[in-house]
Amino acid sequence: MQLTKAMASLSPRKRGEGALAPARKKLKVPYIFIFLCMSPWLFGILFFTAYPMITSFYQSFTKFNLIDSPEWVGLDNFHRMFFEDSDFWLALKNTVWISAISIPLRITFAMFTAWVLTKPKRGSSIYRTIFFLPSMVPTVAASMVFTYIFNPAYGPINRGLEAIGIDEPPFWFMDPKWSKWGLILLGLWGIGDTMIIYLAGLLDVPKSLYEAASLEGASPWQSFRYVTLPMMTPVIFFSFVTGVIGSFQYFTQAYVASGQVNDYSHAMYFYATHIYYTAFRAYEMGYASALAWVLLVITLICTLIILKTQKRWVHYPNGSLFK
Amino acid sequence: MGSLSERITIQMSNVLSHLSDEQIAEIENHSKAARRKKRWHDFLEMVGNHTLLIFLSTIFILPLYLVIVISLMNKGQAETRSIWPSPFMWHNYVEVFTAVPFLKWTLNTLFVSLMGTIGTVVSSVPPAYVLSRLQWKGRNTTFVIILGTMMLPGQVTMIPVYIIFSRLHWIPSFLPLIVPSFFSSAFSIFLLRQFFTSIPDEISDAARIDGCSEFKLMMRIVVPLAKPAIAAIALFAFLGSWNDFFGPLLYIVENENLWTLGIGLNAFQGLHHVQTNMMMTASALFMAPVIVIFFFSQKVFIEGVTLTGVKG
Repeated sequence: MQLTKAMASLSPRKRGEGALAPARKKLKVPYIFIFLCMSPWLFGILFFTAYPMITSFYQSFTKFNLIDSPEWVGLDNFHRMFFEDSDFWLALKNTVWISAISIPLRITFAMFTAWVLTKPKRGSSIYRTIFFLPSMVPTVAASMVFTYIFNPAYGPINRGLEAIGIDEPPFWFMDPKWSKWGLILLGLWGIGDTMIIYLAGLLDVPKSLYEAASLEGASPWQSFRYVTLPMMTPVIFFSFVTGVIGSFQYFTQAYVASGQVNDYSHAMYFYATHIYYTAFRAYEMGYASALAWVLLVITLICTLIILKTQKRWVHYPNGSLFK
Repeated sequence: MGSLSERITIQMSNVLSHLSDEQIAEIENHSKAARRKKRWHDFLEMVGNHTLLIFLSTIFILPLYLVIVISLMNKGQAETRSIWPSPFMWHNYVEVFTAVPFLKWTLNTLFVSLMGTIGTVVSSVPPAYVLSRLQWKGRNTTFVIILGTMMLPGQVTMIPVYIIFSRLHWIPSFLPLIVPSFFSSAFSIFLLRQFFTSIPDEISDAARIDGCSEFKLMMRIVVPLAKPAIAAIALFAFLGSWNDFFGPLLYIVENENLWTLGIGLNAFQGLHHVQTNMMMTASALFMAPVIVIFFFSQKVFIEGVTLTGVKG
């Protein structure tokens, strides 16, 4: 039925008829064309998303080592995860710890750098380039460089810290207590892409709001607190959600850094690292699938919680007084 | 409607027209002093802002500066916490190509990245086109699914996809890194759709009335208009694979001939006869193309980030 419709739409006479009608809707919908255009995505989602998701859900209830066929074990994988696997809890703890610190820090720092960039009348594009640049550096290179320059023995960073009066600077990546802070700094260094989003948001705040605030005698802090911050809540919300989703997939930096130093205490062992080692070093595909599904559920719950709280603090200017 | 300050100025001029000359002179004196004070205040603010910006810039630049200077030191000096090379070992940049198969890694990375870019562009433009320029049943549902897949953690699909590729005997090879990019990228579809939507519908309507086919319309009218957005997705795709570490770690690590820069660099220390200062030389060379690309395409880049970040 739709096929004939589409065929009909290809004939020039029908096309002409459609053209006479004023409304665009009168034009026949070219379903064949739409199908052809969507097909890369359609096959992509079937082969690389839908089928794998179903398979990995099934495999999460199996024992599967890639060679023998999967063996059904019921809820064993989940039991093992929660009650027997201390590495799971370590990875989860490390991931939660670093997210709880780095997500708010990243939001604050991105906001701060973007805000500073809006200040000068001239020259801000040079600074913007400089701030953005580190986010372009390949993750592997950035991680290698950071472990090297933060090395207590031959990295120049600690020499600088000693020069400004910090007598016993931390050993950074060499010290389990400090290695996560090294990773956090590495993340903050590459803040550029997030910062650009904040910058665009700040430049979108109508000037008249600031003028009104200053006429009312608002201090700079007050105009930030009551004008800038509410107007920025959609951007903060967006980066909060993507931050939570991203933090459970945090892998490359930690993997490279812990390869450079001997991370004997597994301070840089995160959730994604645990999945990687389980799947591709131990070849426990079933258990790794279970880990991945738990990750999906955790991410979903976190996202839903943030979405639920949205109404209370996210302010959408569209449809309000300001638009 | 004028801005608030404009309206105030107009009102002020109305008030001034009712005042005597002396009164006006007095007000002007006052305002001159105020202006002087304001200029001084502005100057201080400017100095303050630039001091802060320069300070932050120094922090952002510092690691890049250190990579470059350490990459130019000899082995002994690289481990002494120095911040200036003496002597300058320009030769490091030659030696790195003989110490490790750096050229091969670069060519491998370039090949994977270029193929990935072509795949992403070719397979993301058509879906984005029909999702933004045509009305059809199920369009919005499809779009929501696409947004949903963007949020989906890769780990959930990773293992079965790995198994598919291993059954196809594609591991180790470049195929698992290239082929998926020919099946659209949700992010690119999203970015392009945002841009396509902003092109006025009247253009398409006019072309359709003239009997232009949808395919021609897409290729001849919409695509040329969307060059900035296509440039942005091409750039993101290129950098995405250039910087990718996890994909190569899964699919090519077993065969040294296929190593990309990321994998090679990470394995650097384990390789024989490699000095630590050379690691920085290699890192600097790994970063260089990306930074050069950035300087030539900064605008495209920042527009791309903004388009998907905020308008979403």
